[in-house]
Amino acid sequence: MSHRGSRVLRLDALARVEGEASLHLAVRDGRVTEARLRIYEPPRFFEAFLVGRGHGEPPDITSRICGICPVAYQTTACQAIERACGVTVDGPLAELRRLLYYGEWIESQALHIHLLHAPDFLGHPSAVELAREHRAAVERGLRIKQAGNTVMEQLGGRAIHPINVRVGGFYHVPAPAELVPLTERLRRAHDDALETVRWVAGFDFPDAEYHGPLLAMCDPGRYAIDSGTPAVMAAVAGSNGPAPVRALPVEEFERRVVERQVSHSTALVSELDGHHYLTGSLARYAVSGRWLHPSALDAAREAGLGDPATGAVCRNPFRSIIVRAVEVAHAVAEALRIIDAYEPPSRSYVAVPPRPATGCAATEAPRGLLYHRYAMDADGTLTLARIVPPTAQNQAAIEDDLRRQVQSRLDRPGEPPGDEELTALCERAVRNHDPCISCSAHFLDLTVERG
Amino acid sequence: MTGRVVVIGVGNRFRRDDGAGPAVIEALRADPPKDTLLTDSDGEPGRMLGLWRPHDAVVVVEVVHAHPGKPGRLHTLTAERAARCAARSASTHALGLGETFALAAALDRMPRELTVHAVEGEDFGLGRGFSTAVADALPELIRHVAKAIDQAHDRLRCASALSDDRGSA
Repeated sequence: MSHRGSRVLRLDALARVEGEASLHLAVRDGRVTEARLRIYEPPRFFEAFLVGRGHGEPPDITSRICGICPVAYQTTACQAIERACGVTVDGPLAELRRLLYYGEWIESQALHIHLLHAPDFLGHPSAVELAREHRAAVERGLRIKQAGNTVMEQLGGRAIHPINVRVGGFYHVPAPAELVPLTERLRRAHDDALETVRWVAGFDFPDAEYHGPLLAMCDPGRYAIDSGTPAVMAAVAGSNGPAPVRALPVEEFERRVVERQVSHSTALVSELDGHHYLTGSLARYAVSGRWLHPSALDAAREAGLGDPATGAVCRNPFRSIIVRAVEVAHAVAEALRIIDAYEPPSRSYVAVPPRPATGCAATEAPRGLLYHRYAMDADGTLTLARIVPPTAQNQAAIEDDLRRQVQSRLDRPGEPPGDEELTALCERAVRNHDPCISCSAHFLDLTVERG
Repeated sequence: MTGRVVVIGVGNRFRRDDGAGPAVIEALRADPPKDTLLTDSDGEPGRMLGLWRPHDAVVVVEVVHAHPGKPGRLHTLTAERAARCAARSASTHALGLGETFALAAALDRMPRELTVHAVEGEDFGLGRGFSTAVADALPELIRHVAKAIDQAHDRLRCASALSDDRGSA
């Protein structure tokens, strides 16, 4: 193995090249001197071409940013516009919106757990090999995912890029009878989700800990997804205990979370009060774990995550797969609760008349906090759009995590790791955070510089 | 048991040539073949696997890269060949078409028959509209797919007749 020069490893897909991420890792004299995750990310283009559009258009346009979490973009856009216009969407419309969001959560988290993340823990290079050896588990994951798809199709009009969402509510709201067929699927999915928690809890987890601040929505009494206020759990110095949680009013988001350009990435890198931070499943669990649905709370306890009811926090990025599984159980249980209690609203949407104003909002996309801000003039023409997606926020934290994990491996006694081992380690470290690398990235190129 | 013919156009119509699959579906919808499900997909494996049943004949329309490439060139691939073309992907969100077929095989979820009709793409940038090479090839690709649908129906009818014969024997 060469310890000098650079080496490029290319990993290609069959077709459908829509995005790109690369990792540049520099190791000099046994020390990791650079870990740069380069992300090509489209949301900046969206911000530009939203300007000049009508105030009813952001939900449909921004949903195109991501094929995995379009509802997150739609919901956050709706809330930001509604806030600007002084309109509150509540009651059954808010519950339906939440149900649609749960559908996306179920689908997205089940995909990541079963097809993308689990192979790392079971020694398989891909979901295909995993399916050959753990067929029942993969089938179970696809069943859960299909349940989420069905919710998306029923409420959103289709499973990808839903078309039924509008500012103020929906174009069409279902009759209770239309939601009944979802119930059976979701009941099975609930059993499957609890089984999944038990399955992933049995994996082997390397020791690792993210010490930095955690950012997630907080809505006391509720595991916050589409409601509440951003909140920061402070960094800890090596302990696993809960740290103080402080509100970060959404109106202060852009003052506290500052994006900056870096030379190695077309994506902006975010810092919270000058420091890297993590958003996503670990942050949500830390901030809102105590408010999980009772069945998910029990599952979390049994899975060894500690007792969320007493403020247990998980800071091991490898264990994020357990947290995601618990979140799926929560989302399915909550979806069933909403369907059971559903009474159709008298109107499918609340009118949202424009006014010259600015509004911002944040919600929890499956992979972390998503922030939107829009300004409009009197007739609703957008004069500004600002979107801060979770992966851009996590980029610096992921790079820090990569540095730590690679350094830890380099410091281990014995034979030094080769490029292949480091590549696998880095990919695994990145997957722990479920990043949305332009939401369509198909390969990760790794350059290791050794000197 | 008689299956359906399921035609899936894979791709993103807002990424130039990648939209050729959905464009073929759109063209076929002008005169939809009987007993045929015409649908498009982003290729996400969970959803793809849910589109067909064991007795169906599936026709996938896709855009591919080839090495060396010739944009606009048409290919007809068996599922096995497409699966063999699967490259190991490090993507955190998506599997390729080849991996999807391999996954279906591993889960015993392959349909009765599955073929891929593909065109080599050139431009996968943002926006609508095709490269000249793909635009020129589209009419022929549509004809190929329409013919494949007819042939698939013939085979399904034959299989069904054989099955009936055995049942009555």
